[in-house]
Amino acid sequence: MTAAPEAPPSLVRDRKLPPVAEVAIVSICMMLIGGVYLAAQLPGRPSLVLPVVLVAVGGALTAGDMVVLSRIRPFAWPTFFLVLKWALLAYLVIAGMLEYVFVRDNTPGPAMAVLTATLVVFALDVPTILAFTVARFADPGPHGSR
Amino acid sequence: MAQDVAAVASGVAATSGERPAAAEFEIIPLRGLPVVGVVLVGLVVVIATDARWGVDFFHVVGGGFWTALDLFLGFVLGPILGRLSIPARVELTTRLMPKMLLIMPTVVVCTLAAGWQLARQTGDILSTYPHHSWVVASMCVVAVMAVVALGLLEPANLAVLFELKKSQPDGEIIGRLMKRFIYSAGITGAMQVATLIIMTRMATA
Repeated sequence: MTAAPEAPPSLVRDRKLPPVAEVAIVSICMMLIGGVYLAAQLPGRPSLVLPVVLVAVGGALTAGDMVVLSRIRPFAWPTFFLVLKWALLAYLVIAGMLEYVFVRDNTPGPAMAVLTATLVVFALDVPTILAFTVARFADPGPHGSR
Repeated sequence: MAQDVAAVASGVAATSGERPAAAEFEIIPLRGLPVVGVVLVGLVVVIATDARWGVDFFHVVGGGFWTALDLFLGFVLGPILGRLSIPARVELTTRLMPKMLLIMPTVVVCTLAAGWQLARQTGDILSTYPHHSWVVASMCVVAVMAVVALGLLEPANLAVLFELKKSQPDGEIIGRLMKRFIYSAGITGAMQVATLIIMTRMATA
């Protein structure tokens, strides 16, 4: 990873941005509640209603978050994508490892599908928070309004 | 702890106008990546082979590192960090935090993946296990720690490192992020105390 571009002090520091990180944290909370609910009842066959609702709402929040994020102008997009790609790689490895454990344990199909969706949303939320938190303090620069 | 955090917060506020000098360092220490790779391959191997000692090893060692680091950062190093001079804080941060970016996710995934497998092998994961409520409690504690670490601590850590890479880092941004880092490290430290209580209860049940 290389350095972020220069940031002009107070303009970057004090500007108001949409609550992208906060929304992603709410989504992560939903994934964790659903994940713990399912994991606490495995290897049985728990009701999937609550986890499905949580992953659907959390997924919708994440999708909405991406839309809101994409409309921020100006924004340090090069910095955002620099962090995003590495964080995404790291969290795909982590999510993949957890997925592997569930597959290896012959987790029942429907529960497996919900857990997979949960891990996908989780693996998108965390890199988004990391990349947004770094990029919000970086100089938008000449490519910031693309 | 509350006094420590208050002192740290006031120290940060008092120094936030200062401009720390830019530092030369790697945000991700690339030399550490092969080590992480070897550890993760080892984890996959012990899970794939259902090696009881192996999963126990990964869970205990990973959990030990995770708990010790969280407690040390939250209750010892965090408050000290806030009281250091700006150059000393920059020096410590740029040497310690990049390593933490590799170490923490690795020990967390080892602890959780191996712990799940271990609980499956021992039957602790079954809802019929007499002390299953403790297992569920540990999952809840891990969930709280995950929210704090992934939503607050790690982003603040990374943003500080990027800020310090700038030719003119903004002391106020660093101060704000460090305050968040210190508070969230304290919370995860407290959660680790809960983990210690749960794990020792389960071990002696």
